[in-house]
Amino acid sequence: MLDVTNPNYVLMVEGLTVSFDGFKAVNDLSFYVEPNECRVIIGPNGAGKTTVLDLICGRTKATSGNVAFKGQDLLKMREDQIVHAGVGRKFQTPSVYEDLSVFANLELSFPKGHGVFGALFFKRDAEVRERIQEIAEMIFLGDQLTQKAAFLSHGQKQWLEIGMLLIQDPELLMLDEPVAGMSVAERKKTAELLNRIIADRSVIVIEHDMGFVADIATRVTVLHQGKVLSEGSMDHVQNDPKVVEVYLGH
Amino acid sequence: MNTTSFKQSFLTPRDMIGYALLAAVIFVIFPLLLEPFRLNLFGKYLTYAFVAVGLVLCWGVGGILSLGQGVFFGLGGYCMAMFLKLEASSPENTAIQSTPGIPDFMDWNQLSALPWWWEPFSSFGFTLFAVIAVPVAFSYIIGVAMFRRRVGGVYFAIITQAIAAILTILIIGQQGFTGGVNGITDLRTLHGWDIRTDSAKTLLYFVNGTLLFAVLLAAQFVRRSKLGRLLIAMRDQEDRVRFSGYDVANFKIFVFCLGAAFAAIGGAMFTLQVGFMSPSFVGIVPSIEMVIFAAVGGRLSILGAVWGTLLVNWAKTTLSESFPELWLLGLGALFIAVVMAFPNGLAGVWAEQVEPRLMKLLRRDSKAAAQTTPAE
Repeated sequence: MLDVTNPNYVLMVEGLTVSFDGFKAVNDLSFYVEPNECRVIIGPNGAGKTTVLDLICGRTKATSGNVAFKGQDLLKMREDQIVHAGVGRKFQTPSVYEDLSVFANLELSFPKGHGVFGALFFKRDAEVRERIQEIAEMIFLGDQLTQKAAFLSHGQKQWLEIGMLLIQDPELLMLDEPVAGMSVAERKKTAELLNRIIADRSVIVIEHDMGFVADIATRVTVLHQGKVLSEGSMDHVQNDPKVVEVYLGH
Repeated sequence: MNTTSFKQSFLTPRDMIGYALLAAVIFVIFPLLLEPFRLNLFGKYLTYAFVAVGLVLCWGVGGILSLGQGVFFGLGGYCMAMFLKLEASSPENTAIQSTPGIPDFMDWNQLSALPWWWEPFSSFGFTLFAVIAVPVAFSYIIGVAMFRRRVGGVYFAIITQAIAAILTILIIGQQGFTGGVNGITDLRTLHGWDIRTDSAKTLLYFVNGTLLFAVLLAAQFVRRSKLGRLLIAMRDQEDRVRFSGYDVANFKIFVFCLGAAFAAIGGAMFTLQVGFMSPSFVGIVPSIEMVIFAAVGGRLSILGAVWGTLLVNWAKTTLSESFPELWLLGLGALFIAVVMAFPNGLAGVWAEQVEPRLMKLLRRDSKAAAQTTPAE
């Protein structure tokens, strides 16, 4: 039985399985994330990377297994409860509210006024405004607060979504391909940004860009057909013959 | 950047001009220009505006299209009609019936006693409570059943339409209790005050206008709150809202119930001003018409909803007085035209076409004035 209160780990995933009509997208998967660790999940298309994040944040219901976050069983919680427990999730395609300003996008993620009446009587006080300004500067959007999110570039939308997670101050941050579709310059800035924000929290990142992975990863988990193929440092997995075979083919 | 520039304002100067303009039209221009019969007609149109304003919040802002708002309009209207009917059915007024003291249609259907659930409606206080509470409770049940299961979009629209059809059939089928297809008619007095006279109708018109403004300001408050922005966010990226820590279903239930409450007030005012309530205001056709009012006004604009309602209904009356068979075609054509050419309705045309030109004119005027002043 999983010891859900083990203080050495922020997140414990054990025997996690999800089956879609008999197809096991994630199959008996186990891994552990330590405090302040940046775990990068890599793997070929269809390996189940995004599904793992979906299972942790409650978007997809697991068939069996355990997911424990700081002693709480995430599989028994609703999506919004998981967020309040301290898990933040960024989607693969940038999900920002295009019809709202950058300011309003960040404001809606501010961790206050989440109930119906809390939201109805929410006040934009000085604390809220200062925090939004602070986050906006961190994500390079300090002078774009009044801009409608629809008018941001693809890279800026990615940053905005990262900012929306930062303002929640989650203990575990899950990012699905944060540099996908970015220019080289944007990529560099994002790596710098991520290095700054992962300093005091645990992060799980899905990424394909190996240069970027080498830049940020504490440890790397390689998924293949819903299972862990290899795990360890970047050097270790890059030299693992099993990984080489999966990536280069037979 | 100065962060104080992000202070929320409930009404911008632009909003205030809009509200003042509408208030002038409703409270001054209509009463001065229209004879009592026409004024009462416009009062009736304005009761539909309550529904359209609710639809702006639900559909335009929140993306929840309900094709069954007539249900809540009707429930509000029926609650009020039940009270008025009981008052009109005093034993003296109904002495010729086989059971005096009960509404006439019950007597015709061989009922010999008032059903128990009609009893509380002899109290005006209870009726006022029920006008809001019954539709809101019903919308809450629908909302919980649908939104908790994450039913949305087209499926939700179809289900609300089915509910409108079911309720119509139920009302028509249970004619001993509801007055059937004729509805509840021959309403006379409110606490002894005859609501059929011209002076009463004029007063009710003003009460209706005042209530409409209360509803408009309530809608404005919701729209300007964080909840209003959340509704827009949910419409565009529901998952992002959910994974930002919000229980999305609760917000949908709230705005659906609010829309129902608005519609119910409109329904009750309809009954008072028109003097009857019937299933023809509950079903699918009126429910869809109300969506068209909101669409023509501009589904994102609270004030637009009122103008859209007035315009479409005025056109309906004018057209169907001269070409009764053409009206439905006209309405359909209007809806298609709005969707194809003016997706933001009257409010969009105003903001994109009229306002910039008006501003240009004003600026030219003030420039001309500035040039001529020194010469004087």
